[in-house]
Amino acid sequence: MTIMRYSLASLITNALTGNRNWKPVWREPEPKSSYDVVIVGGGGHGLSTAHYLAKEHGITNVAVIEKSYIGSGNVGRNTTIVRSNYLLPGNEPFYEWSMKLWEGLEQDINYNAMVSQRGVLNVFHSDGQRDAFVRRGNAMRFYGADAELLDKEQVRALVPFVDFDNARFPVRGGLFQPRGGTVRHDAVAWGYARSADSRGVDIIQNCAATGFRIENGRIVGVETEKGFIGAKKVALCVAGSSSRVAQMAGLRLPIEAHVLQAFVTEGIKPLLDTVITFGAGHFYCSQSDKGGLVFGGDIDGYNTYAQRGNLPVVEDVAEGGMALIPAIGRLRILRSWGGLLDMSMDGSPIIDKTPVDGLYFNGGWCYGGFKATPASGWCYAHLIATGEPHPYAAAYRFDRFGSGRVIDEKGMGAQPNLH
Amino acid sequence: MRINCPYCGARCLEEFTYRGDATVKRPESIDESARDAWVDYVYLRDNPAGLHKELWHHGAGCHSWLEVTRNTVTHEIVAVELAAKGR
Repeated sequence: MTIMRYSLASLITNALTGNRNWKPVWREPEPKSSYDVVIVGGGGHGLSTAHYLAKEHGITNVAVIEKSYIGSGNVGRNTTIVRSNYLLPGNEPFYEWSMKLWEGLEQDINYNAMVSQRGVLNVFHSDGQRDAFVRRGNAMRFYGADAELLDKEQVRALVPFVDFDNARFPVRGGLFQPRGGTVRHDAVAWGYARSADSRGVDIIQNCAATGFRIENGRIVGVETEKGFIGAKKVALCVAGSSSRVAQMAGLRLPIEAHVLQAFVTEGIKPLLDTVITFGAGHFYCSQSDKGGLVFGGDIDGYNTYAQRGNLPVVEDVAEGGMALIPAIGRLRILRSWGGLLDMSMDGSPIIDKTPVDGLYFNGGWCYGGFKATPASGWCYAHLIATGEPHPYAAAYRFDRFGSGRVIDEKGMGAQPNLH
Repeated sequence: MRINCPYCGARCLEEFTYRGDATVKRPESIDESARDAWVDYVYLRDNPAGLHKELWHHGAGCHSWLEVTRNTVTHEIVAVELAAKGR
């Protein structure tokens, strides 16, 4: 199939012809009877996996099955922030690779994802927190990421409107990652879908998996709403619903489902040209291109599949916002929503084989899956194609829980709602 | 969500702290042979979509540990008991 490449010339031509000649950018095929690989889950990670399987490994006899429509899940519910400001060796090389893939994404998939490296600023409020951020910044630089320690006046130059003299949590400085920023999340799903489709991947929407066919310990296919689809390999990619999907294959996971709420205000003139996080509570904020402030905070903290949260966390997020940016109190919140998360037992993800031959697992992304989208697909495609974990994701294994090699950025132990 | 504490009555969520799945059982043995049972107990969860028995601590109330049966799809709470029942 040929694909219409986007260019200035194609934009002008279509504009002059009333935008009547644009074609759908991916097909809507019926499933074939079997594939080399069936990816369960057409979110960002599933679609990026399909893209890299096709492009990097030449595996194109692939289907992505999605229970709803492309982009209907967490890839369209997150707050669009990308960054690689992690501390631990199991995490930082992976997220920095993801950052590098974000930087080349639009050229790679010929799609405008509005990658905006506007920087991510984590402010600190105390000497102890400054020390922790120095350590984190050094860990980031050690793995080739960028990090700058800013003093109070440098922070003031970036965000003059934050409450520097807050009586309880004065802002003393910040850790800044200039290469971090935001990416238009829907375009990530669409761009990966278009690229995978153009290489022969079948994207099958409104086709939920209803079971797995396993013979002699080996996967042979997926039962779906559109009938049985045979597969040499099946790749689960359904973070948020991992436990209930994996359960159909008899697997029990180190994961709880939780909800994270997000909010957007009415649109205002340009105010915030970076991503900012509060250091004394859980609050993070950026300004969308439409002008709304997009923000969020902590997870609600109890098991849920409801895609909506409760008021205590709304209040907590609002308090964090008021403590950092008092002016936010003048704005009206337009919308709030919730997305389901796989909260893993150590706060880090899993990309691994399962005890069922030919069945692979990608999940446990907690509240940080969006920024990982490219590297997750890259490493998962590598695992599916070669059978070996990618070096950047080598720590993201199921056996880390039994062996004690957990990747616990927050040092909270096996209590998912504390990560 | 409001939780109907057996001692204090219906109270707001802010008064409670969540501890997770109430059905996991701490293994009796600390032998190496019980290793897998410990991994199960500490890390693995059923994580059902539907009724879920879970522990909540009424920290800003009577300090009771409660076993709450709640629907994780609708947030409806169908039963609240003292976690210490029968122990």
